[in-house]
Amino acid sequence: MKQMIKWLGAATLALGLTASAGAQEKLKVGFVYVGPVGDFGYSYQHNQGRLAVEKALGDKVTTTFLENVPEPDSDRSIEQLVRTGHKLIFTTSFGYMEPTLKVAAKYPNVHFEHATGYKRAANVATYSARFHEGRYVQGVIAGKLTKSNILGYVASFPIPEVVSGINAFMLGAQSVNPAVKVKIVWANTWFDPGKEADAAKALLAQGADVITQHTDSPAPLQQAEAAGKLAFGQASDMIRFAPKTTLTSIVDNWDDYYISRVKAQLDGSWKSIDTWDGMSKNMVNMAPYTNMPDDVKKLAMETEAAIKSGKLDAFKCPVFGQDGKQIECKGKGALSDEQVLGMNYYIKGIDDTLPK
Amino acid sequence: MDMTQAVLLTILTAATPLLLAALGELIVERAGVLNLGLEGMMATGAACGFAAATLTDSTGLGVVAAMLSAMLLASLFGFVTLTLGANQVASGLALTIVGLGLSGLIGAGFVGTSRTAVAGLQIEGLSDLPGFGKILFGQDPFVYAAWALTFASIVFLRWTRAGLIVRSVGENQTSAHAIGLPVLKIRFWAVLFGGACAGLAGAYLSLVYTPFWSPGMTAGRGWIALALVVFASWFPMRLLLGAILFGGATVLQLHAQAASLGLPSQLLSALPYLATLLALVLMSLGRRGGSAAPGSLGQSFVPDR
Repeated sequence: MKQMIKWLGAATLALGLTASAGAQEKLKVGFVYVGPVGDFGYSYQHNQGRLAVEKALGDKVTTTFLENVPEPDSDRSIEQLVRTGHKLIFTTSFGYMEPTLKVAAKYPNVHFEHATGYKRAANVATYSARFHEGRYVQGVIAGKLTKSNILGYVASFPIPEVVSGINAFMLGAQSVNPAVKVKIVWANTWFDPGKEADAAKALLAQGADVITQHTDSPAPLQQAEAAGKLAFGQASDMIRFAPKTTLTSIVDNWDDYYISRVKAQLDGSWKSIDTWDGMSKNMVNMAPYTNMPDDVKKLAMETEAAIKSGKLDAFKCPVFGQDGKQIECKGKGALSDEQVLGMNYYIKGIDDTLPK
Repeated sequence: MDMTQAVLLTILTAATPLLLAALGELIVERAGVLNLGLEGMMATGAACGFAAATLTDSTGLGVVAAMLSAMLLASLFGFVTLTLGANQVASGLALTIVGLGLSGLIGAGFVGTSRTAVAGLQIEGLSDLPGFGKILFGQDPFVYAAWALTFASIVFLRWTRAGLIVRSVGENQTSAHAIGLPVLKIRFWAVLFGGACAGLAGAYLSLVYTPFWSPGMTAGRGWIALALVVFASWFPMRLLLGAILFGGATVLQLHAQAASLGLPSQLLSALPYLATLLALVLMSLGRRGGSAAPGSLGQSFVPDR
């Protein structure tokens, strides 16, 4: 048996070697996803980016992806990509941060890109999207359309990305409707359709008539549709799940970024940089505005255009904390990127306590 | 619809998939077999059920496909553990992995499609009664099926000869064999029944609860159902209470958050598992040590040895 394992090991190694030898002429690019490519949400959109790379540069690169890779022992999966000759590897979830750095330290000639993290190295770049810009636009729409003045928010985990999303949503809503309230339910999961549906039901039962979500399945949308209320989609255009309910969706768009980074790798100009782009670079897009009157649609488009052109910042100063005290303004007329990336408090007007 | 009714309705829908899956597993374990592959069978049932229902545009056929697919997986498990006498724990875990992978494969073509949920019952006059009208007379068929199945299991295990035979096979396989009972055959039927129930639970997820297919949509409900069987100390009546308690803990904490009651959501999410531990401790104390589990649970049986 031992002998057999040895032989198997040798065979796999040989396979790996031939694979890397055969890939001399084409650049191999690897992608690691936390969820299934069929989640129709976060990982799905990253995979769309991969497909865009294939489409644009298919004659020069081949791509590989690994889906459903659990975060804690992802270093083995990442290392497997290195060993099979991948020279540029995208690891697309926050939890891959340390494993990516660990593998990167071993292979200085391979380039890595880690999504939504904050630690870089000479051969590890980071990138993320300013999702909160889309949340602000959603807030404006919700503030206009709510009749009960109660908005429902299905949240995942109390991390800065989610908290800044809630705050941006509320700031957008307050900008058009000062009386608006938001009710927040933490599902403590990124993906559990049943639980997300139950969370949406709880919010609807509390009188919320516009539901938004920072979890990945279309279940809350379906619940809102069944109840005849309104809702927003998450990460990709989810209108097919609730055609009468979906107002718009925040659509993550990694296509341009992935293509530009692979090009940089091809022409040798790749550097370890930190990218945090939003609507201005089309990394965050809004799906078509539907199920709303024309004046709201117009307002939403204007808000989107203002954010895109840089005229409007979701966190333009002054921003007030829950206690009514103004948050120190460290950016130019708005909160700085660091302040948004580390946000761990609610803004004024949210009557709830942030779980610790 | 008032608040209490809304909460109770959500609890019942959250409890139903747990109840269905756990009920099948309870019978399987009562027959002495431990099938840890619930999660995999549920996922495959959910995928096949959704696929069949979408292709044929018939919920009924979807349910049948869900049950058959999960039974097919169960029979694979039965063949490996009963016919070949392989280790049940390892085989069950393997079944989970196979089932989850298979479900992704089958469902791949159906990602991003949506169906209308199976409608609840609507009886003129009764379903609209204030207070309990919707709860008693306005549920979807699965809920009634789950409750009917629970009471049928109680009767089966306690008062029928067949139930007695299943129990005896699970309590002491050697004695059961000695008095001439076909131990393996009985276990195989039990395993198939467990598969059918898991498939039904999966179909409930993808056809009623959240009517779409997505990989991993069972989200650990198979494991919760396994804990539930232990919590119920292998009695269907306690299983019913447990399913409501488990489903209720999840749903109530969500409603508590929506109502801004300020309860710690993480702790409430862990409540079902704490309750399982507590139940185990109480059972052990009540029996002064020892276990309430069927005597031959998890043991391979090879006749004539």
